[in-house]
Amino acid sequence: MSTLLEVSGVSVSFDGFKAINNLSFQIAEAEMRAVIGPNGAGKTTFMDIVTGKTRPDEGRVIWGEKSISLLSMNEAQIAREGIGRKFQKPTVFEDQSVRENFLMALKKDRGFLAVLLYRPSKADLARVDELAEEVGLANELGRLAGELSHGQKQWLEIGMLLAQEPRLLLVDEPAAGMTPEEREHTSALLVAAAKTRAVVVVEHDMEFVRRLGCKVTVLHEGAVLAEGSLDHVTSNSDVIDVYLGR
Amino acid sequence: MRTSFIAKNPSVLIFLLVLAVFTITVTILSEGFGIGLISTSFIKTLGKTLCLCLIAVAMDLIWGFTGILSLGHFAFFGLGGYMIGMWLMYERTRLIVTEALMQGQIPPTDTEIIDGIGNQIFGVVGSSDFPLVWAFADSLGIQLLLVVLVPGLLALVFGWLAFRSRVTGVYLSILTQAMTLALALYLFQNDSGLRGNNGLSGLQNLPGVEAPQSIVSMWFFLASALALALGYVLAAWIVSGKFGSVIRGIRDNETRVRFLGYSVESFKLAMFTLTACIAAIAGALYYPQAGIINPAELVPIASIYLAVWVAIGGRGRLYGAVIGAGFVSLISSWFTGGQAPDIPLGFYTIKWVDWWLVLLGLSFVTVTLFAPKGIGGLFDLFKKESNT
Repeated sequence: MSTLLEVSGVSVSFDGFKAINNLSFQIAEAEMRAVIGPNGAGKTTFMDIVTGKTRPDEGRVIWGEKSISLLSMNEAQIAREGIGRKFQKPTVFEDQSVRENFLMALKKDRGFLAVLLYRPSKADLARVDELAEEVGLANELGRLAGELSHGQKQWLEIGMLLAQEPRLLLVDEPAAGMTPEEREHTSALLVAAAKTRAVVVVEHDMEFVRRLGCKVTVLHEGAVLAEGSLDHVTSNSDVIDVYLGR
Repeated sequence: MRTSFIAKNPSVLIFLLVLAVFTITVTILSEGFGIGLISTSFIKTLGKTLCLCLIAVAMDLIWGFTGILSLGHFAFFGLGGYMIGMWLMYERTRLIVTEALMQGQIPPTDTEIIDGIGNQIFGVVGSSDFPLVWAFADSLGIQLLLVVLVPGLLALVFGWLAFRSRVTGVYLSILTQAMTLALALYLFQNDSGLRGNNGLSGLQNLPGVEAPQSIVSMWFFLASALALALGYVLAAWIVSGKFGSVIRGIRDNETRVRFLGYSVESFKLAMFTLTACIAAIAGALYYPQAGIINPAELVPIASIYLAVWVAIGGRGRLYGAVIGAGFVSLISSWFTGGQAPDIPLGFYTIKWVDWWLVLLGLSFVTVTLFAPKGIGGLFDLFKKESNT
């Protein structure tokens, strides 16, 4: 499988604190990857760099077949390239209906004239219904997103990400604050999504990571400490020292 | 799902109906076209109020929907007024000067006429030469274009610089205040080319029009009503679809919109420029009814009042902005016009001319604290009742 995203030798420091230290990371198309690590290991900063929110001091971030560098692009351009991001806190547009949230996320021309003249076609609305069905919000389309439960908001956000049809999905702690049943639903959604695209999941919860059944990358102090299957990394003595042993 | 725009937005239809009934009633009661129950000066007040409602719609678009608290939109309003005022003043002076010179034995040359106009207009600031900015003042068509182009361009350049640097929130508000203050201070100077603190005057007289003010005031009143109707429909259309979703998304969570792939800066810039143009058109209709424009109109407090109107009326709903601007500015002209009865307390007499601002300030604080949805929020009560 060809490499979709290649991060190599990336470092970034904030006020002298090295948040990311010579980090290298690769992910192929249609691959699921879990990223774990203690607080402050640089998981979120890593996502910030890939999505253009933070500029690294050095290193390269190469994307796609054409090997374009993401470092010269802004957040919106990177998103249009096909990288979707889910934040730690559920961030949906609470003041708008679930349907409006989906429509905004659907992969369409993002130019402001195109947006101004846009009216949803039958196919678009059908696609929204389909997505809502997939994430379990089929009966909530007309409700305000702000009225949804915490778990439903997370699913809406995941559904919006799927609507963007990204080639790479970055998901930051999707299971935080969820009930066990909600977790199960969420992991099933992510596993299904990873069949057709690359998915990177940052997660603290080992049980959740196990359910994803994928390769695991352990970050520590801004660098990769270990990589491999969950059983492999959890038996690694370094990993036990810095993370699991505590 | 594909329903028509009006059917999806019944409030637009209701608004247009109310505006039409109001306009027709006023027309019937007017001196110019009707039975004369409403004086010409009050027609002008009503016409001006409609223009203020229009700029309030613009303010609601930029603040209530896009989340950019601009405290400088009166700069665009004033510039629009200046642009139309230049033609009105030039053309009227030209007619007067030409007529005066025709009284002489020898017909005047073009140079004599131009010099005469220059003397008349710029005499007050000790000059008689036309500054560069008056280059097109003899052409109504070009000045009408400039009404939109000059404020639009200012908004475009200012917005581009501000949004590109990701200046947001209170910092942006301060920048917009600085913009309108700088512009006002510049215009106050005698050599600004726009007659310094004298401003432009006599704008109520349409050059070459014999009709009395009672008729002219009605023309402007009706034009203002039409402009408000069109502006309202345009604004309602813009916020109804996905564009509306995106700008409200920018208001509520800019970062998230960015990660959805929308170029937040271009959306903000488009809205800032569009609302500046609407404000400018409102100004171009307002000042011929006011009769005079001077740089004091552009000082920051004017734009702050605008924000207060929209807050009191209820932001994020277009009719709220209209209600706020109409209600507060009419009450304000009643209180400050000396018609409101003073309240004698024995030891002190409350004169509303002085105390009106205190009342306005208190009501602003009250609305912000206890009724963040403003007057427009009252309509939600009806909606809820009709739903259940």
